[in-house]
Amino acid sequence: MRNRLSPYLFVTPAMLLLVTFGVFPIFVALAVSFTNMNISAFANIRNVKFVGVDNYVTLFGDADFWQALTNTGIFAAVGVPAVVVLSLAVALLLNRSDHPFFRALRSFYFIPAITAIVAISLIWGYLYNTQFGFLNYLLSLVGVEQVQWLSDPVLAKFSVALVAVWRGTGLNIIIFLAALQGVPKDYLEAASLDGAGEWRKTFSITVPLLRFAIFFVTVTTIISWGQFFDEPFVLTDGGPLGATTSVSIFLYKEGFRMNQFGYASAGSIVLFAIIAVITLVQLRARKADDDY
Amino acid sequence: MRRSDRSAARKTRWLTVLIGGVLAAGALITAFPFIWMLSASVKPQRESTDFPPSVLPHEPTLEYYRMLFTELDFGRYLVNTLAVVAIGMVGLVLMAMAGYAFAKFEFRGKRWMFFLVLATMMVPIQVTMIPTYLILNQMKLTNTLIGIALPTLVGGFSIFLFRQFMSTIPTEMLEAARLDGAGEWRTFWQIVLPMSKPILAVQIVLTFIAGWNSFLWPLIIASDQKLYTLSVGLSLLNQQLAVNPSLQMAAASVMVIPILIVFVVFQRFVIQGFALSGLK
Repeated sequence: MRNRLSPYLFVTPAMLLLVTFGVFPIFVALAVSFTNMNISAFANIRNVKFVGVDNYVTLFGDADFWQALTNTGIFAAVGVPAVVVLSLAVALLLNRSDHPFFRALRSFYFIPAITAIVAISLIWGYLYNTQFGFLNYLLSLVGVEQVQWLSDPVLAKFSVALVAVWRGTGLNIIIFLAALQGVPKDYLEAASLDGAGEWRKTFSITVPLLRFAIFFVTVTTIISWGQFFDEPFVLTDGGPLGATTSVSIFLYKEGFRMNQFGYASAGSIVLFAIIAVITLVQLRARKADDDY
Repeated sequence: MRRSDRSAARKTRWLTVLIGGVLAAGALITAFPFIWMLSASVKPQRESTDFPPSVLPHEPTLEYYRMLFTELDFGRYLVNTLAVVAIGMVGLVLMAMAGYAFAKFEFRGKRWMFFLVLATMMVPIQVTMIPTYLILNQMKLTNTLIGIALPTLVGGFSIFLFRQFMSTIPTEMLEAARLDGAGEWRTFWQIVLPMSKPILAVQIVLTFIAGWNSFLWPLIIASDQKLYTLSVGLSLLNQQLAVNPSLQMAAASVMVIPILIVFVVFQRFVIQGFALSGLK
């Protein structure tokens, strides 16, 4: 008897938490997205009214939401290739030698990935400062006038994305390095005997063998840029003029500053759907690729 | 033939040295913001807003570190942050328990429960953010340290990792312990957990880093300044930039330096943990 019950004793606490904070909220979000729920619900739950798909209709007519969607698209279009290419390149170079010097260098590239985003954003805010920032100082050495890194609407997008790229590469470098361990040495030696150069070996043998890692990193990077939040939140608070407002920032502001829980929930469901569709399309595309 | 071999070897050696140089430059650029932070944190205010800036402080001072803990409430934020980390460690035990059940027991509902564990890994935080706030509000847990830690206490990926690792523990060892009269609970603490040390170490380090750095939940859940964590207190200093970068950089250092120490000491576990996330 004791034996049949014990697995449940082990599994229940974690499952309860997981269901309460991982599964149940999805249904709550879906339900709330069809209501006009806002802060007044805390005073009296009867203030909550079913409004059908009103929130979704308003959302698709909301210029701010479209701007946030467009911004997120731009962030992803710049950020995903940058992160994937950069982390693959650094991993390939780091993997070239087992020398202690190379091993020691690895650590430096990982540091941004494990340090607090708030601290990182403050540091970069200081580097970006128009009057006394280090970057404008560097530019002044070559005679460039003061640059408005974070207050020019076009440039601010890239400044914010740059911080996220700098921070995002570390984790992916580790994943690529782990995958590089799995590239058989004899393939590369055989290619050398056949007279293949470094360049050729890298692009004809190593990179194709990393196919799965590249695919994995691309998918997870797209997902994380779809949810882009921390850097613009701390660096620019979505400004100037909404130029760095990602969908996540839009949702946070609607939900927790305006307390429009129903409206923000509808937006979160739309974001979830977009990310899910993009991920499924990629998985499908990869399957088709595997058939050949 | 020999000679061309030797010249080829020399060429590759030069290439390696060249690549080492490029990587070193890249590493320096990557680490530079942190060097800048440390240097500015010990500069007097007028030096840190000087133009042109200097890399090293002329008259170093620890004034701003003192200010954080005396005039500002960073001592309390530090205690709160450590409390959130400690609660996270309790979550770790719960996840290890669940991983053990999935690895070593057969029970009804196991398959769909494990499916739920995997499914939650794909749900973005934006979807659960508002409902979780509403749920915690119903439970009267907003504005408590428990409330801050609860939403991220248990994660599907960690349970998955525990399960994968614990599946490799030989079942005979557990049977032997049971024959010796050890209860299930004792078997778990005295045999399963000690044998899971490698994965446990990785997860403890990652849990520490995640709890220490956590930002969104403390921001949403803590409205009372007494419950702020370091990250929330730090983000409030954002408005200070024009006024006092030294103070800001000192606060950023307080957040970053402990993590750097943890990273240097436990680097192997951190990297292993990250590499494992490639399994997802």
